Amino acid sequence: MKFTNLFKIAFRSLGKNKIRTFLTMLGIIIGVASVIAVLAIGQGSRNSIQEQIKSLGTNMIIVFSSSQHRGGVSSGAGTTQRLTVDDALAIAKQCPDIQYVTPEVSTGGQVMYGANNWHTNVDGVYSSYFGIRKWKIKYGEYFNQVQESRADKVCLLGQTVVDNLFGSSVDPVGKYIRIDKIPFKVIGTLQKRGQNGFGRDEDDVIIAPFSTVRNRMNHVRHIHLILASAVSDKYMSLAMNEIGDVLMSRHKISNPENADFTIRTQVQFEQAADATSKILTILLTGIASISLIVGGIGIMNIMFVSVTERTREIGIRLAIGARGKDVLLQFLIESILISFIGGFIGMAVGLISTNAVNTFMHWPVQITTNSIILAFVFSAMIGIFFGWYPARKAANLNPIDALRYE
Amino acid sequence: MAPTIVSVKNITKIYKMGEVKVHALRGIDLDIHKGDFTAIMGSSGSGKSTFMNILGCLDVATTGQYLLDGVDISKLDRDELAALRNHKIGFVFQSFNLLPRTSALENVELPLMYNKGVSNKYRIERSMEALKAVGLADRAHHLPNQLSGGQQQRVAIARSLVNDPKMVLADEPTGNLDTHTSVEVMDIFQRLNEESGITVVLVTHEHDIAQYASKNVVFKDGKISEQLAVDNRRKAREELSHISTIEEDNQ
Repeated sequence: MKFTNLFKIAFRSLGKNKIRTFLTMLGIIIGVASVIAVLAIGQGSRNSIQEQIKSLGTNMIIVFSSSQHRGGVSSGAGTTQRLTVDDALAIAKQCPDIQYVTPEVSTGGQVMYGANNWHTNVDGVYSSYFGIRKWKIKYGEYFNQVQESRADKVCLLGQTVVDNLFGSSVDPVGKYIRIDKIPFKVIGTLQKRGQNGFGRDEDDVIIAPFSTVRNRMNHVRHIHLILASAVSDKYMSLAMNEIGDVLMSRHKISNPENADFTIRTQVQFEQAADATSKILTILLTGIASISLIVGGIGIMNIMFVSVTERTREIGIRLAIGARGKDVLLQFLIESILISFIGGFIGMAVGLISTNAVNTFMHWPVQITTNSIILAFVFSAMIGIFFGWYPARKAANLNPIDALRYE
Repeated sequence: MAPTIVSVKNITKIYKMGEVKVHALRGIDLDIHKGDFTAIMGSSGSGKSTFMNILGCLDVATTGQYLLDGVDISKLDRDELAALRNHKIGFVFQSFNLLPRTSALENVELPLMYNKGVSNKYRIERSMEALKAVGLADRAHHLPNQLSGGQQQRVAIARSLVNDPKMVLADEPTGNLDTHTSVEVMDIFQRLNEESGITVVLVTHEHDIAQYASKNVVFKDGKISEQLAVDNRRKAREELSHISTIEEDNQ
């Protein structure tokens, strides 16, 4: 039989049982839609994590103290502070692939303005910090070299601190706040960054000149972190090696395994976060695929019912000269049509619901062509796979028995 | 002498029902020539249905030889048998066996659908022609459930003719019809046989229906018990005009 005629017959027989056809399709529709939606949401969250990490500065290098060996005794990470300002300066001077370096000291403090008060971190850094972290100003300006060298009591506020001390719509530049009773002049506020990949509020911070924090608040010789940035993404590992070499020779350590510092980059955080969301996406896609397979079983079930119901019709067709292949194709095309049309509708439903999730729940989503192709091909294959067995059963019927079937 | 359409030699058919062997046919010899109108008779269990299935290439004999239009069908596989049925045989069944929810014309078209060599245009023209031959051209687009039993059987006859078969096999074609409609259907068979020279094989257990044929073959216990020419052959056309005269008188 000609293909066009086979399609005509299949369309008509599906049209005769509209509700049944629709319910059978529903399994595929839900399956395809959920696969597309889950993949889009998974891809979207991966993208947003990567973007966040990138916004922190992809070529940022963090150096912090780690455990050290002294006479065979290992002390825990961070228990000793071995990094100094001179280390930071040496890195700046001796490493050719480093663009910016800043030491960082941190302290916590109770911050007051008028009747409001708030507890937050105060980080003391060089002004190159803002270049390393790619952090832009919202109001006012950064502090400069002069303010740094004079240890001026000036600071920049993160948005969370602004919200809690002044209210969100206020420009606090020029106002004075007290940090642990020391008056600081607010010279600028920083743009909102939101939560980082680990759930910490990036905006709950006050940034002040390094010398100010160390000399007026912290009073320690050692520093907590050294932040640096490579000249570009490509020179990351080179820059890390240079930092390692400089610090090893300054700390008089020959075996890298005994290093009293750790060098980290965002790449590692990125990879870890990416792997987590990848696993999550695979898991959810797996669950969505199961619903697609359940939909396929629904098709198989209905095709069996249909074959039994139409045994007589099959008998007539076989008697007047249909070959097994003709009957097989007739039923196979029906199941493929169900899964294909279902896949198409499911695709539309998936795209709509994905956009709805994006619009109403503000989840980041990204629909990839791959996920659409995958869902579509998968649904078509389900049509063939689950349609084959019932169709074969129909094709192998004995015409005499089929004609007598009541 | 007219060419032989069916040549059956010493055919047997044995069904195995578990341990038991059932001998449905015990050696049948029969020739049917072009233009014959043969009635195969016999009570149920006589083997006439089994013979009918073998004649229609729906089943294959256990032993013996069956030549249909010179082709030995015992050597053919399933698909080749299907093609043979498609090209050389027309079927008319007791229960009409039209596809439900499918128009009369499309039902008639069906055998040609399974013939790849037939164009869409020819298929539709030929099917209309066949419907015209059974007097149902004006009902071409009616569905089976919108037609009377007699009309449905006439559609089935049109379907059996559409592929210009060597032989039309009618299995109890009047079994589900009242007397008047039975005569109408037999009239169509007789006309096709006499005017177009179509070979008809009629399977029936009704003696008076068999009288419309030119030759009766009687089956008993898996064998042919007698073959005889019909002497006072019934003429459906005359009976019909007679009936309509009576009906007019009654009015």
